[in-house]
Amino acid sequence: MEPILRAEHLTKTFRRKGQEDVIAVNDVSFELMPGECLGIIGESGSGKSTVANLLTRLTEVTEGSICLHDKDITRQKGAALRETYRKIQMVFQTPAESFDPRRTLGDGIAESMVNVGTIPAEVKKRTRELLVRCGLSEDFAKRYPHQVSGGQCQRAAIARAIAVNPEILICDEATSALDVTIQKEILELLNELKEEHKMAYIFICHDIALVQQFCDRVLVMYHGKIVEQGIPDDVIRNPQNDYTKRLIASIL
Amino acid sequence: MNEPTVRIQKVKKDTVKIRLIIFGALAVALMLCSIFAEHLCPYDPYLQDLSNAKAAPSAAHIFGTDAYGRDMLSRVIIGSRSSIYSTLLLVAVITVIGTAVGVVCGWNGKRIDTVLMRISDVFLAFPGLVFALAVAGVLGGGIQNAIIALVAISWPKYARIARSQTLAQKETPYIKAAKLSGSSTGKILVKHILPNIIGPILVTSMLDIGTMMMELAGLSFLGLGAKPPMAEWGSMMSDARSLLKTVPWVTFAPGLAIFVSVMIFNLLGDTIRDYADPRSRGR
Repeated sequence: MEPILRAEHLTKTFRRKGQEDVIAVNDVSFELMPGECLGIIGESGSGKSTVANLLTRLTEVTEGSICLHDKDITRQKGAALRETYRKIQMVFQTPAESFDPRRTLGDGIAESMVNVGTIPAEVKKRTRELLVRCGLSEDFAKRYPHQVSGGQCQRAAIARAIAVNPEILICDEATSALDVTIQKEILELLNELKEEHKMAYIFICHDIALVQQFCDRVLVMYHGKIVEQGIPDDVIRNPQNDYTKRLIASIL
Repeated sequence: MNEPTVRIQKVKKDTVKIRLIIFGALAVALMLCSIFAEHLCPYDPYLQDLSNAKAAPSAAHIFGTDAYGRDMLSRVIIGSRSSIYSTLLLVAVITVIGTAVGVVCGWNGKRIDTVLMRISDVFLAFPGLVFALAVAGVLGGGIQNAIIALVAISWPKYARIARSQTLAQKETPYIKAAKLSGSSTGKILVKHILPNIIGPILVTSMLDIGTMMMELAGLSFLGLGAKPPMAEWGSMMSDARSLLKTVPWVTFAPGLAIFVSVMIFNLLGDTIRDYADPRSRGR
């Protein structure tokens, strides 16, 4: 089977004036198979979120390449990049802040559909369907981000992400800001959607238990590098790398 | 225990609303006065009547008459047109130019930002009114040139505010989400950035109306704004200054008009700032 996403030797260096450069991501390579759920774990500052931002091109890649199917998207701009965003979507860590405070949740969900030229009546219908699919009622379309809870907002964010039927959904600490029961509900929702939409997930998380539950394969990142990868159960039972050992020891 | 705090907040919020209504109504009244100035004048503001020159305030002429026998009340009313209208135009222009420059700088960064911000530094480095004097001096007198001069020195402030606000919004998750939704840069700027940064900018421009009115009057007073016989408060005061000792009401009337309208617009600006501040609004 062909991988849908291939990252090769990804490197991101943040240049700082008068200080040493920070290498946030250092020579990271991996492949994502269709329908696969790939977990990325590591402590704060290990470069997980930077990887997410590189893959979605929200941050410029310093070195290396990203290929979606066989298309190189590393340096895409403008219309071509917008086309790519129909295939890659992301759910953010802070649900309330990922919606424009001055616009309704419905507007946020509809935005991508409007941008691809869907007719207004269809957009309205789809928005309602998506909200209901993600476990909210239709009238949430008229609410503002500050009027709903974190869990409800994250459901709306998931509805927004799947609005264009993407092939890849990146969840950047999507459940970290939520409490445990809501976390479980969101994970169940993501699991159902994965089957329905045949999406591949990149699930960025610092909670190894969640990754074990949810992912087919896991990458362990430390100081910008992938230090270990494999099937979650194997990695947890039999960690090879010193950092992974410490990470697992700290939880168990 | 919580009861008293809650009550204090409520009372405070109500006064803000009442103030907003009062000062808003006064400001609207001033603007209406400037629009319908011609119909409100009891006498022709340009009609000279030398037999009745320098008349003291009386029932017929509430503010007296000037050295040419023109009714001061009528001149103050007709003067509101150039003073208030010019000021509003001026503030609108600097708000639009400043915001546009600031948003472009904040969003693009890099070279455009550096170039435009250094240009704005140049304007900020001069004492404002002195620079305006120089500009007005080069372009010649006239209310139009006075406005151009004041625009030249006033836009950088707005550019700075808009730039810093844009920088703060630029990295927020909702802007990233908008990019991922496939919105073009122009759409993001107009639909997401602008509505989220316009609040503080509008408050600043409301507060600036008073200041700008003073500066415009100041330039006119110095002979670089409105030219006689055009009635403008600053130039009216300037014309009458030699008569200050003998017929003080000729300077008093436009001075009072400037004082009152500057105060109204400043108080309105203050109130709008209080109203826009989320801490005073509650959830």
